[in-house]
Amino acid sequence: MPKTLVLLTVNGEPHEVAVPVHKTLLEVLREELNLTGTKHGCELGECGTCTVLVDGEPWLSCLTLPVEVQGRVITTVEGMACGGTAHPLQVAFTELGAAQCGYCTPGILLAAKALLDESPTPARETIAQALSGNLCRCTGYVKIFEAVELAARRMSGAK
Amino acid sequence: MASDFAIIGKPLPKVDGMGKCTGQTKFADDLNLPRMLFGRLLRSVHPHARIVRIDTTRAERLPGVHAVITGKDLPIKFGILPVSQDEETLAVDKVRYVGDPVAAVAAIDEETAERALEHIDVEYEPLPTIMSIQEALAQHDVRIHEYGDGPNIHKMVSLEFGDVDVGFTAADYIREDRFFFEGSNHLPMEQHAAVASYEHDGKLTVWSSTQTPHYVHRALEKVLEHPASRIRVIATPVGGGFGGKSDPFSHEIAAAKLSMITGRPVKITCTREEVFYIHRGRHPVLMWVRTGFARDGRITAMHFKSFLDGGAYGSYGVASTYYTGALQPTTYTIPRYKFEGLRVFTNKPPCGPKRGHGTPQPRYALECHLDKAAIDLGIDPVTIRRRNAVEPFSTTVNYLRITSCGLGECIDRVVEASGFDKRRGRLPAGRGLGFAVSAYLCGAGLPIYWNDMPQSEVQIKVDRGGGVTVYSMAIDIGQGSDSVLAFTVAEVLGIEPADIKLVTADTDLTPIDLGSYSSRVTFMVGNAAVEAAQKIRTTIFEAVAGKLHLPAERLVARGRRVFDRNNPETGLTWVEAVRVAEARSGLLAAVGSYRAPKLSGPYKGSGVGPSPAYSYSASVVEVNCDPATGAVVVEKVWIAHDVGRSINPVLVEGQVEGSVYMALGEALMEEQTFRRGVHKFPSILEYKSPTTLETPEMHTFIVESIDPEGPFGAKEAGQGPLLPVIPAVANAVYDALGVRLDEIPITPEKVLAALAERRKGGPGRVGPREIPQITFKDPIRVAPPPGWQKEVSTRP
Repeated sequence: MPKTLVLLTVNGEPHEVAVPVHKTLLEVLREELNLTGTKHGCELGECGTCTVLVDGEPWLSCLTLPVEVQGRVITTVEGMACGGTAHPLQVAFTELGAAQCGYCTPGILLAAKALLDESPTPARETIAQALSGNLCRCTGYVKIFEAVELAARRMSGAK
Repeated sequence: MASDFAIIGKPLPKVDGMGKCTGQTKFADDLNLPRMLFGRLLRSVHPHARIVRIDTTRAERLPGVHAVITGKDLPIKFGILPVSQDEETLAVDKVRYVGDPVAAVAAIDEETAERALEHIDVEYEPLPTIMSIQEALAQHDVRIHEYGDGPNIHKMVSLEFGDVDVGFTAADYIREDRFFFEGSNHLPMEQHAAVASYEHDGKLTVWSSTQTPHYVHRALEKVLEHPASRIRVIATPVGGGFGGKSDPFSHEIAAAKLSMITGRPVKITCTREEVFYIHRGRHPVLMWVRTGFARDGRITAMHFKSFLDGGAYGSYGVASTYYTGALQPTTYTIPRYKFEGLRVFTNKPPCGPKRGHGTPQPRYALECHLDKAAIDLGIDPVTIRRRNAVEPFSTTVNYLRITSCGLGECIDRVVEASGFDKRRGRLPAGRGLGFAVSAYLCGAGLPIYWNDMPQSEVQIKVDRGGGVTVYSMAIDIGQGSDSVLAFTVAEVLGIEPADIKLVTADTDLTPIDLGSYSSRVTFMVGNAAVEAAQKIRTTIFEAVAGKLHLPAERLVARGRRVFDRNNPETGLTWVEAVRVAEARSGLLAAVGSYRAPKLSGPYKGSGVGPSPAYSYSASVVEVNCDPATGAVVVEKVWIAHDVGRSINPVLVEGQVEGSVYMALGEALMEEQTFRRGVHKFPSILEYKSPTTLETPEMHTFIVESIDPEGPFGAKEAGQGPLLPVIPAVANAVYDALGVRLDEIPITPEKVLAALAERRKGGPGRVGPREIPQITFKDPIRVAPPPGWQKEVSTRP
């Protein structure tokens, strides 16, 4: 299988990887870069579990080819914390029980981060709209809404 | 009183929450071992076929392929229940559903493994198929299995408690109804995955996304013919289970076998499509119920029949069959009760336990049936439930022991908060309110295979730095079992959850827990953990008492100190206390065990249904229906759940809200259905489940009945709250539109069909019109418990 050299910037770090051109960003993150915090639920773009940020926008990494995102800023759940300090969304999700099994959580956190970066104090309907592409089977979404709202309050209060 | 506790009842975060929010939690597919190979399973494309020939030569020759195995390599059958050992790791002679595994490969990467599957030549001889309950009972010449209680009948049950004829004769009013509940998948976000590593010293380790590491351990021993003492099963954190990861599975056994053959680790991660074939989801159940009532709404007798579409294998099916009949008497006093149930084999993926295991279907039927009866009798739907509600500390006609029971309070809370009494029947057109109640187990009273050992054991070790390590085979599937362990032990020892380290779900390192199923973990593991922690505390108190010259009874452990309750200034820090105790007694370690009391009744089949306690729930649902499109929107849900004691209100609310969500998915959209033997939509896109946009306003009320046998009085929260929501939706649709949806899911098409039928002068109903004409075997006739008739007749 011929390989292509791809330069990816993930969580602020440059990575040069040689991969077959059809490998998805999801596979490259998990298998080449060992960033297993990004999960997969269908690998067909249906569940939102594999969401990462590309230039701050939520992207489905299972439908993304690495060559498409060369030179762009990729953020995974591992890149949300600032050093040893967790992101306010991660803190709020933990405090309010917004992660049960935790499998959909990384994708939802990143989709929520993209929302709050764009719209610091969203209404619940806006949160629901922004997360409507991310399935969660455990929580019934209520605690997720509450955690995004709590993080939003804390983040806008801190500014 | 919650204020008596430092940890219990406080809204502390889940102990594993931060790991899950930072990507640090390692799920099964996140594991990577040196030299690891990747496995894939070849699955049948026929619903029912004889395997004439399998030729793996071309696959074996493919570069990068290290091993190919077929059914003949693993001929020993297995299954979760001892009475239904009917599964093969890879089909030997025939396949029984589209998706049945027939071969497995291990290769250097997933792509090579996938390509190898295309190079396996299988010649099938298609057989006639059975795709429904009706076909299974009619086509005696087609046989999916050669065992069971009749042609294609896996299990037939017939039980009669008291003489129902007497009860029907005494009735002022008798009603009969028929219902159908379609099957559904658990749809856990994590696909099943397993990694196996066989080393040359004969030790095999299997990491798997499983709710039941102990039963996987047993199945591996049996099928691989390898001693259990040389097999280690580690359950990785489960990315959603809901019952779907409770059986031992082909991919786990195949990964182990491939590792034994190649001498290298092998990982098999299933695709989303495969999850729909692995299934073990909700049984489609056809039901008939006949109930006699006195004029005031009291039940005089009930006869319930259920027909379960089991799919191609046994799985938990025998238990599922009994569960469709066992819990009706746990909410209502039914003086005479007859249950007839059967489970058929069909050429579909096997059904099994999904949240509520076998009880959401009959609960839906029963609660809709009661709603109709109440209207006929001119009684409101709440009153008819209250009149029949069971009493705390009573026994049901089928010998189930009820202890704490918060049913009445649950009813009060949701009825009051929703304004049900004032608002039902008076909402604008298209809007309606529905009500229902339910009960659920707090752990099956009996283990899956007969034994008289404890169902749960916990070991605790304290190190001289004050750290406490808790060892338990409980596996956290998102329900919070890790947190329950940490919170209960921290409470008893007077320390913080952060002082506790957990070693869980590892058959080498941890003492038994049977698994995360039947809502058993908080009750059973919690009790074992409390016992172990109390022993540690006793040892520490004795040492501190000696040191401080105080009676041990006066000591308290709280706030990381051990001190005199009469003189709180006198005491030691937790670390000092631990060191004093270790100096006095040596290694600080203790064990605790839990074994459910003997609860089964004096009849065959009484093993399914007994539980050391039952949780209770009540729900009111408000819907907004569009008669033009048939769309049903659930706008508000009020739910009250009797959890005994809330060990952590955040976790309890989370379980309740998640149950409501899953119930709404089943009530309105989720269905696992087939066309010509093939799953209609084995993908998340087309298998509809609720998103954030379908999330209603939820009002959750936690009711605490403080169970005398639960840890700190706790019961369950993970499954029970699903049960009342589905019938409450159906009853709300009736209140909104005047039509009866006697079939789940309530799709727009069915609502429109019911409305159209009513316009033509019909009853305005969608649902089954008949049940199979089959004579059940003579029932086992069971006299009600001693004192039962007197107890019932003297009820106020």
